[in-house]
Amino acid sequence: MIGNIATIGYGLATIGPGIGIGLLAAGTQEATARQPEIKSFLRVNMLIATAFVEALGLIGFVAGLVFGA
Amino acid sequence: MLTLPATATAVMASGDDSWHVPGLEEFFPEPFLFQGSPFEINRIVMVRLIAVVLLVVVFGLYARRAKLVPGRAQSGVEYLMEFVRKQIGQEIIGEEKADRYMPLLATLFFGVLFMNLTGVIPGLQIAATSVIGMPLVYALVAYVGFIAAGVREQGVGHFLRNQLMPKGMPKVLYILMIPIEFLSNFIIRPATLTIRLLANMVAGHLILVLCFVGTNFLYTGMSGVLGITLGSVTLVAGIAFVAFEIFVGALQAYIFALLTSIYISLSIEEH
Repeated sequence: MIGNIATIGYGLATIGPGIGIGLLAAGTQEATARQPEIKSFLRVNMLIATAFVEALGLIGFVAGLVFGA
Repeated sequence: MLTLPATATAVMASGDDSWHVPGLEEFFPEPFLFQGSPFEINRIVMVRLIAVVLLVVVFGLYARRAKLVPGRAQSGVEYLMEFVRKQIGQEIIGEEKADRYMPLLATLFFGVLFMNLTGVIPGLQIAATSVIGMPLVYALVAYVGFIAAGVREQGVGHFLRNQLMPKGMPKVLYILMIPIEFLSNFIIRPATLTIRLLANMVAGHLILVLCFVGTNFLYTGMSGVLGITLGSVTLVAGIAFVAFEIFVGALQAYIFALLTSIYISLSIEEH
C-alpha cells in the first residue's frame, strides 16, 4: 500500500459540516412538526444556514486542491 | 453514454487502459481559437458563450412575444420569475421594496442557473461556473449591488455606521468590532459567494469524471466478473450523480440569489 496521509484531510474537513447540516435538518424537521404553518419560513432559514455551514466543508475541499499539488 | 465527460471520451479514444485520476487539468483545457491573444477561447469559455446566447435567446423571445394568456414555454419562464420575485425577493427584502431589486436578483439567479446547468448538458458537460472567473464576476455584481443599495437607501456615512458599528456596546469595544465587522461584511461575503459556487461546481464535475472514467477503466482495464460488477456500480452512481448535479446547480443558483437578497436587506434596513 502506498499513498499519502494528506488524502484523509478532506474526510476530516467534512466531519464538522456534516454534523452541522445534520443538526440543521433535524432542527428544521422538529420545528416543522411543531408548527407546520411556518414551514416555508423555516426551510428558507435552513437553506441559508446550510450555505454557511457548507462553506467550511468547501474550504477544506479547495484547500486540498490549492495546497496539495 | 450521453453523459460521458470529455476526459472520459479522450481516455477511451486513446485506448489507454491505465488508471488516470482526473485532476485540476480538467478545468484548463487548451485554447483552440485566438491562441496567444488575451481573447483566447478554450472549451469552458465556449460553453460560457453558449450559455449567454441561450439566456439572451430565451429571454429575448419571451419578452418580445409575451402573451396575456401564456403558452407552455412562457408559463415555465413566468413560473421561475414569480419564484424569484416571491421566494427570493419579497420573502427576504419585504413586499414594498423587493421589486426595485428584482432586475439584479433575476439576473444573478438565471445567469448562475444557466451556467451551472451546462455541466450536465450532453456535449457541453462542464459548468461554465467551474473556473473562478465567472463566479467572481457574479460575486462582484452582487457586491456592488448590495453596497449600492445600502448607500442609496441611507447615504454613505449612515450605511457605513450601520454596517461597521453595531449599536448597544461600550465605545471601547469598537476598536475590536470595526475590523471584525469590516472583514465579515466587505471581504468574507463576496469571497464566500465566489468560493461556494466555484467549489460546488468543481466538486460536481470531478465526481462525474471520476465515476465515468472509473467505469471505463473497470469495464476495459479489468477483465472478468469483478470488473463488470464494479463498473456497473460506478455507472449507476454516475447517472445518479448527473441527477444530483442538476439539483445542486439549481440549488446553488437559488442560494446565490437568496444570499444576495439577504445582504441587500441587511444593508438597507435601519437599525
